Amino acid sequence: MRTSAFRLTFLAVLAVLGAAAPARAALSVVTTTEDLAAIVREVGGDKVTVTALAKGYQDPHFVEPKPSFILAVSRANLLVVVGRELEVGWLPTLITSSRNARIQPGAPGYLDASLNVRILEIPTGQITRAMGDVHPQGNPHYWLDPANGRRIAEAVRDRLAQLAPADRATFESRYQDFDRRLAAAEKRWDAAMAPYKGTKIVTYHRSWPNFMDRFGLAVMGYVEPKPGIPPSPSHTVELIGDMKAQGVKLIVVEPYFDKKTPQAIAAQVGGLVLELMPSVGGDRSITDYIELFDYDIDLLTASLRKATGR
Amino acid sequence: MNRRFCVVAATAVGIVAALAFAARAEAQPAPRTAASAADAPDDVRALREELDRLREEFAAIRRQYDDRLFALEERLAAISGGPRVIAPDAASVARGASAEEAAAPRSPAPERPVPQDAALQSATPPSSAQVFNPATSVIGNFVAAAGRNAASAQPSFELGEAEVAFQAVVDPYSRADFYLAASPEGLEIEEGYLTFTALPADLLLKVGKLRAQFGKANTLHTHARPTADVPLVVENLIGGDEGLSDAGVSLSRLIHNPYVFLEATGEVYAGTSDVFATSRRSRLTYVGRLRAYRDLTEDKNLDLGASFAYGPTEGLLPDTLFGPDGVVPELGKRLIGVDATFRYRPLRRAIYSRLNLRTELVWSRQSLPAASHTTAFGFYGLGEYQFARRWYLGARVDRAGRVFDGTSKDYGGSFFVTFWPTEFSQIRSQYRRTRYAEGLTANELLMQVNFAIGAHGAHVF
Repeated sequence: MRTSAFRLTFLAVLAVLGAAAPARAALSVVTTTEDLAAIVREVGGDKVTVTALAKGYQDPHFVEPKPSFILAVSRANLLVVVGRELEVGWLPTLITSSRNARIQPGAPGYLDASLNVRILEIPTGQITRAMGDVHPQGNPHYWLDPANGRRIAEAVRDRLAQLAPADRATFESRYQDFDRRLAAAEKRWDAAMAPYKGTKIVTYHRSWPNFMDRFGLAVMGYVEPKPGIPPSPSHTVELIGDMKAQGVKLIVVEPYFDKKTPQAIAAQVGGLVLELMPSVGGDRSITDYIELFDYDIDLLTASLRKATGR
Repeated sequence: MNRRFCVVAATAVGIVAALAFAARAEAQPAPRTAASAADAPDDVRALREELDRLREEFAAIRRQYDDRLFALEERLAAISGGPRVIAPDAASVARGASAEEAAAPRSPAPERPVPQDAALQSATPPSSAQVFNPATSVIGNFVAAAGRNAASAQPSFELGEAEVAFQAVVDPYSRADFYLAASPEGLEIEEGYLTFTALPADLLLKVGKLRAQFGKANTLHTHARPTADVPLVVENLIGGDEGLSDAGVSLSRLIHNPYVFLEATGEVYAGTSDVFATSRRSRLTYVGRLRAYRDLTEDKNLDLGASFAYGPTEGLLPDTLFGPDGVVPELGKRLIGVDATFRYRPLRRAIYSRLNLRTELVWSRQSLPAASHTTAFGFYGLGEYQFARRWYLGARVDRAGRVFDGTSKDYGGSFFVTFWPTEFSQIRSQYRRTRYAEGLTANELLMQVNFAIGAHGAHVF
């Protein structure tokens, strides 16, 4: 008797609490990186709440699958991932432990953002790990081309509309607006980069093929001898020789890598080291996708001006 | 159990009620525009703006056509099965280029890798047999030991284990993980279980042979351990290398609350491990664990756990403890474990630096014939610090009683250094000093090489 009275009270309290809680009509979206979160925010507006797992200043290959991430994923209506095995070391365990059937691969709540974008460096022929940490499905840093950003936004728009059909018009108009602003910004970036077309540079990791390809710079070499392998003395000496021979002055480094070797190389070739942000949130001032390119293009053109004298 | 379901049902009712009561959120404010209108009501400026707007519209239409054309080309290429020429950049060229450039005839775009998911479906799709093959990896663990240890039978060189892992999704409701361990003792199933990932009420169910969720060390496979050996407390009280690993069922649930990650796990096992053993079907082993985790800051976190295990042990009883008539009495053991892990990993320097501190304490209460019992206690404390991209340095202190004789205590201490050439291999050197209850002291140097081939497995946390 007492138990059932207790149960009834408990139920009543829960019902009251439930009714009093604010309405949560917004879709809960979790993304693996801040770039994807920024794009989802552009398209979803206040119809979605977005959480990014990895921080923009963190190496997205090496993220720890913290239980706090399991909590975020367990409540998500939509999980958006970079794909191409970028998150292979940490995401699968989060998905399995999430106890969330909605976002399992194959379910409507799982969106691999890489499926309709332009992917570079898909290896052909025999691949082995002797080549370093190669991504067999191509370079996963594809969001660094605004055209791909647009395609990601398209995919996000379609998926959000599928999950929340009532808000389809909102997603469409927000996408259109993002598309317009991005196109205007692209014009600006192209104009700023135009004088440096074809300039050769060196990057630390292979994070920038899409970015450099889009803005007309040629990546001539890497500080890493192979993807994921830290710089070795022999490779560094070789790189210095090549840079001198070809007059390459600029080394682009991601924020999470050690600057010691790049700085030593720059000192040898009389060039300079530039820290570009590969992701939204890499610097506190970068709060959305367009600002990411604004930030990088500003820094890049200033450095190129210094390095090339143009 | 019944009450829990009631609570779940009540929560569901509450949420539905809340949704019904609440008004729908108002429509979105108008999207923000790229540029604000100019203030000066100048005719020329108005005209120019009009022109800009038209130009933008034209560009938008052009983009749509380009995209559509791109999609059609894709489809055509897919149908003809020939090599694809992808020129999505045409769109961005038109977007970025000035009107003259856009109007000028464009040279065909260079051949590029295929961007669409069609890229994965090459002209001749691979047979389903390959596509659905499980992800396979093999991990080798080679150990060398030097120094005197009268209490250990470890040879000077040994391929201690070759672990073969097969992992794949079974169907929309479950996935399967198999870890087969081939060691000098033979081939055995280290783990092999089905995980139901689509259960309601935040439940996760595993069925098969599993490493029990008792503490931290017990859940780690050989290659994921920070040391070349296992701590004395694991050796003496929770099954050593094999650990508490048994056939059974594991059900765990997330308990949502605003403060911490809280996970409760309940497991039932057959009693065929090195920790609990019986030949009687009715005598099961029960394991329970409560895990709490919290991010202290973005780079520091604390992981706490309390574990409990209870089960039959008559299958493990040394002959000396049998009754005078040789009859095996019904005996049991109770284990209680507490573990704490503190992690520090600065996100900006995540690949260069980290610190892990961990301790585990285990109490054992083993019943003995003639209604008596013996208790034992053991613990280890371990610290590991990454001081360069590929280098880790660590130390561990050990102390442990023995299951059937808690008053015999073994003590130990270790220093170890690990070099990771890449994620896929590690080379470790460990100095270990052990003082056994019998008065023996052993000084040993252990060398370990771990290496993985095949699919990239997820890391443990």
